[in-house]
Amino acid sequence: MTPFVYHKPVNVDEGLARLKASSDGAWLAGGMTLLPTLKQRLREVTDLVDLCALHDLTNIQLGANAVTIGAMATHAMIAGHPDMFPALASLAAGIGDPQVRNRGTIGGSLANNDPSADWPAAVLACNATVVTSAGSFAADEFFTGMFSTALSEGALITAVHFEKPARAAYVKFRHPASGYAMAGVFVAVMETGVRVAITGATACIKRWPAAELALTKTFTNESLAGLAFESEDMLGDIHASAAYRAHLANVMLGRAVAKAMV
Amino acid sequence: MMKFGLGQSALRVEDARLLTGKGRFTDDVQLEGMVYGTTLRSPHGHARILAINTSAAKAMPHVLAVYTAADLADYGAIPCLASINPDAATPRYALALDVVRFVGDGVAFVVAETRDAAKAAAEAIVVDYEDLPAVATMDEAMAAGAPALWAHSPDNQLWTWHVGDQATTDAAFSAAAHITRLRLVQNRVAPTSMEVRAAVADYDATTGYTLHTGSQGVANMRGMLAGAILKCPPEHVRVITGDVGGGFGMKSFVYPEYILVLHAAKHLGRPVKWTGDRSDAFQTDTHGRDMVSDAALALDAKGMFLGLRVKTWSNLGGYQAQFGPAIQTFAGGKMVGGLYRIPAMYNEVVGVATNTAPVDAYRGAGRPEAAYITERLVETAAMEMGIGRDAIRRQNLLRPDELPYQSPLGNLFDVGNFPALLDKAIDAADWHGFAARKTASAKAGKRRGQGMCYYVEIAGIAGNQEYADAKFMSDGTVDVAVGTQSNGQGHETAYAQVVAATLGVDMARVRIVQGDTDRLEVGHGTGGSRSMQFGGAASIEACKAIIAKGKALAMAHLDSESIDYEAGLFKASGTNRSIDLFELAKRHPQALDARGHYKTDKPTPTYPNGCHIAEVDIDPDTGVVEVVRYSVVDDFGTIINPMLLQGQIHGGVAQGLGQALIENVVYGEGAQLLTGSMMDYALPKASHMPHMTFESFGVPNPNNPLGVKGCGEAGTIGAMPSIMNAIVDALDGVQIHMPATPEKVWRALQGKVVRLAAE
Repeated sequence: MTPFVYHKPVNVDEGLARLKASSDGAWLAGGMTLLPTLKQRLREVTDLVDLCALHDLTNIQLGANAVTIGAMATHAMIAGHPDMFPALASLAAGIGDPQVRNRGTIGGSLANNDPSADWPAAVLACNATVVTSAGSFAADEFFTGMFSTALSEGALITAVHFEKPARAAYVKFRHPASGYAMAGVFVAVMETGVRVAITGATACIKRWPAAELALTKTFTNESLAGLAFESEDMLGDIHASAAYRAHLANVMLGRAVAKAMV
Repeated sequence: MMKFGLGQSALRVEDARLLTGKGRFTDDVQLEGMVYGTTLRSPHGHARILAINTSAAKAMPHVLAVYTAADLADYGAIPCLASINPDAATPRYALALDVVRFVGDGVAFVVAETRDAAKAAAEAIVVDYEDLPAVATMDEAMAAGAPALWAHSPDNQLWTWHVGDQATTDAAFSAAAHITRLRLVQNRVAPTSMEVRAAVADYDATTGYTLHTGSQGVANMRGMLAGAILKCPPEHVRVITGDVGGGFGMKSFVYPEYILVLHAAKHLGRPVKWTGDRSDAFQTDTHGRDMVSDAALALDAKGMFLGLRVKTWSNLGGYQAQFGPAIQTFAGGKMVGGLYRIPAMYNEVVGVATNTAPVDAYRGAGRPEAAYITERLVETAAMEMGIGRDAIRRQNLLRPDELPYQSPLGNLFDVGNFPALLDKAIDAADWHGFAARKTASAKAGKRRGQGMCYYVEIAGIAGNQEYADAKFMSDGTVDVAVGTQSNGQGHETAYAQVVAATLGVDMARVRIVQGDTDRLEVGHGTGGSRSMQFGGAASIEACKAIIAKGKALAMAHLDSESIDYEAGLFKASGTNRSIDLFELAKRHPQALDARGHYKTDKPTPTYPNGCHIAEVDIDPDTGVVEVVRYSVVDDFGTIINPMLLQGQIHGGVAQGLGQALIENVVYGEGAQLLTGSMMDYALPKASHMPHMTFESFGVPNPNNPLGVKGCGEAGTIGAMPSIMNAIVDALDGVQIHMPATPEKVWRALQGKVVRLAAE
């Protein structure tokens, strides 16, 4: 790790000012990706602006038909919230291991937009709104590419707003080494229709329009017959070829639909 | 007397220390004025070093020294101790001289006041490389037109070794009614000890070098360092090993950093610490396995084995490691064929050079590989001939009345009742009740398979002697230093049980010490499942010497010419006059201290053996394999501590399961390491592990005083074949190579992989 200046702002405005004043600073949310990267000297920063004292950002406001989750809410807080929408709670409970769930945050995960992360699948499938210090984004506009988002330079995610899906489920196939999703599918029955988001299989989180159409007509596994996931940015590596990942996306969708029916 | 304390699951005396954070591992060593070293490693699989510019690095803040090979000319190469072809030497020095031969090969060593300063300076070193063509796999290395990695071996085949009789084997195959042929790939695995390697060196002009490192035996480490490398008398080197977090063979060896910290400590006059990180471990710890075999089993019409023929290509890596050439030859090459009656066998092994990390001993070191070859063949033969997989083993296993049995490959199988053990395992696993479980799995949409392995190991081949040195302490305890080295197995407990039982005293009065050449300068270390066999015997010798000395001293105290010893008391024969062992030791300081040396005239290996039975469920939608049942019945002779032994089996099975299902070291284009972190190298986790049942069916070994057989590696040996056989069974006989990853299994189920023919 190379030396850097550490900041611990007590409100969002102070944080924004600290980051703006730095020459090459970074936000520190849970640090689950950033800290290992710094330790391995794969990245250097001049300043780290730690968000851990922004306690307001850990609030979870649950209504009957919507939830607003503060960006600094950890996966464990979300998983453990007594009234959390079941699909979100179960997704949060399946991230990493207890250490990761107790440090990692929903905001950090969304800002990083790892192609194998879990939260982008929920956000995209539920058409959630990502609230930032520089405006709000509909999920369809937020995830722009591998490790990139619509978040403006120097801005901060403050919360994520989910409307409650009528039915929803998330099922993932874990990478044998990292445990990240090698193909994860979030299916959500929303007012506007069924939305399906696939993570881990492509360079950036993707919706599956054909499956959405079929499931909007009839929300059963049978309506998926003949569908095969495909995308021009399929990932393939020593663990799973593109073809196998595409197949897994199919299988995981079938399991997610079955789970959502329960 | 002997039975007291043995055979009981005494709790581990080391656990209180380890579980409360009081363990003292190498990185915990902090010396006054200590500075830190880091190695600059080659990013190339194969390249010529044209120039190294260290001036910018040397000028950086807090940097004390930057060393390259030119600074280390006084030191010898790390010796290969198992050379098969002296004309094909592959000398490795602490830093690469002019050619780097694998990703991670050391190029320079930086020492600075802090670890970060050393790492920053390493990044400032400019190395001018001429990229050379690199080969990572044996297919690439042996292909026509492949670059010759060593001038002496244009085809990259460094040697050929063989055992057995080719002519009689050929004849057996000519007479066969059935021949089973398989190509078997045994994937490369990384030992991934929980504690990574580390070394701390200090130098004193009068006493010489001190090295703290996690070894598998300090006397071995000292001998290897002093003689060939540092070129100084062994007395000028002290090696200290504290707690060790896993070795698996990998920590037996001298690594370049040990030489580098010793040199730097001497040169700078300050203690120097090097602690590897996980990347260093994946790149530079010796790897295991990595071989391809074409194997064939000849059978008569009734399924009796007639002959076995194996040809193996063994990937040795960028350099021949210290015992690298021995693994598939001297250590494992004679073990193909197992405990079966096979009159004709021939095993040929070719050592192949590649641009990968050197390959050496990894838990089992050649014996798991041999068992894998044998047991995959046996099971496939049974399937092909329509014979029960249990029946084919029962009819070919050596019977007790045939023992001792001199095998065609030179093993003298001594004792055991293999068919009876097999039957016990079949009962334990409910082998014959499989059909009902298969039906239940099918109803749940899964494909179930069962697989068996009857393995044999040869244990205790690394040295036929050991030492133990007892000293009585003023607090009424006895310290016994042993020449072996626990890497986490629980030796402090097992040896204490042996000493306590032999002396007939409470275990709490015995303290086992290990890992300091100043305390015990001799010993042969831990490796090849030898510790209890030889170290246990040496401890008994030390106890005998204590008792003999004590009797002589007790004569005066008890005024008797005839002294008996029992349960910690010296007694005047036929009287009730006695003196306590520790009391006598207190009255005669040092007089009862004794060194035990156990040595056999000829090598006396033991042949632990047993039967593993695995059942798997395969999810046909994803190809995921779940090991759902696992039964082990083992013959380890006399058992000293059943709990420790089962721990060895559980850990061993986990490593075998890892290799069978998910572990795989992969090099890609340009021999780049693709599995350089835990993000890409998959290790088995608790969720992968089945519940295991374990039963002992021990026949004591007659050739060592405790009657023990080595148990450290056996779990691994049985796991790979039994699990892979179960997968092949679930796939209705479709052959598949390790690791049986979900994608591979799924593809096999799609009919996309046909059986790979051999020979």
